[in-house]
Amino acid sequence: MSNIKYILGSFGDPDEMMHGIEKLQENNIKIHDVYTPMPIHGIEAKLGVKRSRLDIAAFCFGITGTMTMLSFVYYAAAWDWPVNIGGKPHFALPDFIPITFELTILFCAFGLVGSYYASTHLFPGRAPRVMDLRATDDRFIIAIDAKENAEHSKIDGLLKDAGALEVKYNERKYISYE
Amino acid sequence: MGTHNYNLTEQFEFTGKAKTLSVIAIVIGIAAIAFGFSNHELHERTFANLLLMGYYFACVCMSGAFFLAVQFVAQAGWSAAILRVPQAMAKTLPIAVVILIAIVGLGLYTHNLYHHWNAPGLTDKGAANYDKIIDGKSPFLNVPFFMARQVIFLGVYSFFAVLLSKLSANEDLEGGLNSYRKSFKYSCIFLVIYGFTTPIFAFDTIMSLEAHWFSTMFGWYNFAAMWVSSLATMAIIIILLKKAGYMSFVNNSHLHNLGQFIFGFSIFWTYVWFAQFLLIYYANMPEETVYFYKRFEFYKIWFYLNLALNFLSPVLLLMDRDNKRNENTLLIVSILVLLGHWVDYYQMIMPGAVEEGQNGFGFIEIGTAIGFVGLFTFTVLTALSKKPLVAKNHPFLQESLNHHL
Repeated sequence: MSNIKYILGSFGDPDEMMHGIEKLQENNIKIHDVYTPMPIHGIEAKLGVKRSRLDIAAFCFGITGTMTMLSFVYYAAAWDWPVNIGGKPHFALPDFIPITFELTILFCAFGLVGSYYASTHLFPGRAPRVMDLRATDDRFIIAIDAKENAEHSKIDGLLKDAGALEVKYNERKYISYE
Repeated sequence: MGTHNYNLTEQFEFTGKAKTLSVIAIVIGIAAIAFGFSNHELHERTFANLLLMGYYFACVCMSGAFFLAVQFVAQAGWSAAILRVPQAMAKTLPIAVVILIAIVGLGLYTHNLYHHWNAPGLTDKGAANYDKIIDGKSPFLNVPFFMARQVIFLGVYSFFAVLLSKLSANEDLEGGLNSYRKSFKYSCIFLVIYGFTTPIFAFDTIMSLEAHWFSTMFGWYNFAAMWVSSLATMAIIIILLKKAGYMSFVNNSHLHNLGQFIFGFSIFWTYVWFAQFLLIYYANMPEETVYFYKRFEFYKIWFYLNLALNFLSPVLLLMDRDNKRNENTLLIVSILVLLGHWVDYYQMIMPGAVEEGQNGFGFIEIGTAIGFVGLFTFTVLTALSKKPLVAKNHPFLQESLNHHL
């Protein structure tokens, strides 16, 4: 049994790569993932990638901020130390809308940066996980799990027919740690 | 990118149910106005309603021209396929302008709609009803200058609105980039003029109904209201045309963009509304709070309904991506936003223009609103049926037909 973990088709042209994806899909070969140096229109639909749930996360972080500020303001201004300001009610909601708004935004922004780091396995100082270094530069990479798809020579042929400049057989999933 | 086989010469036919319904609506409107004028006690209220709907009508149409100009200046591609709808609204602007100027003029000269600043004696030092504040404002708020501003502002808006739609008609015939370049240039000029004059237009037409009170936010507050109501109108027209089998080239992504616009500018409206409200609430100065005192004491339901329709309904119903892309949801929210801005204008105008006890909500309000909706539908759809539904030589048309978010 070989030690090859992933087969990478390296394309120089995004259209040829899209064509390669089609070819593989026609032959029922499961694609692990595709790495491109730039966003490519319509690729999510083609690969069947699910929509990001970042918007739901944003809403949850935002509402947490809203609740935090409202409860703190209620505690500070109406519960713990009520002060009469201009004869208004202690918990005068309109006065506290701007700060509530600000905290909503703050929680949302920080929360999203955190979620982004968590979901991409990134944070400052961490070596990024990359399957092929040129995927961040000038190559379009299709990665295929070599263990799941046994017909390696067929995959090789399909990728090359579609216009792959190079086909790599990686024994490690990520090559960027060393 | 697929190739499309859209019928780019398709033309809207204004017949059948749409025409009948709009004519019936106009008749209802005329009946409501006639009923209002048949009873002497209702004159004031009828005039306030005419001002409300005349202002609404003109604002929606001029924001159609504003939409066109924004698309040209931003060199936006996505909207190229739907531009004929705002163009039809822009083409209707001269009619709306004539109606609004007639209402304001008649209100001023025959029924004293603007009685807070326009009454004999207000600016005479010796008179019993001498009003020092009004006297101080009289170099700006006097009848000739007021009417001149109305005519000049609305005239200039109409000029640019008609010009932009004419350039698009030329583009259909001649092709090439000539018309587009000219549209870009005139749009830039129009946007500068529009940006500086709409606040003054709102100060004049609506804020001067209560001439003692003033707010510098008022102009932008009105601008946000007219812009978002115009976007909602556009969405309604496009969705109804799609449902009637026209505009097959408008896809979910175009609706998504319109939905984002409606969502975003509803929040912008709330932001401006709240900026005006919060400062007055917080400072609590009598000369400022008098405005909200009236609305809070006598129009409380309308006050909250305004916020519910214009803020809560778009925020809750349009936040989700799928809802923006869904025809029916967008249609419902657009209708709610339009109703909301009627309520918004209602509680801007009524407390100042109509005395307590004379105001109300009944046949005059509903009838006048229906009448103007009918008039708008009739005039805009007539304008829309004159030209094909696509500007076939627009340089960004392919981008718009392939628009995908």
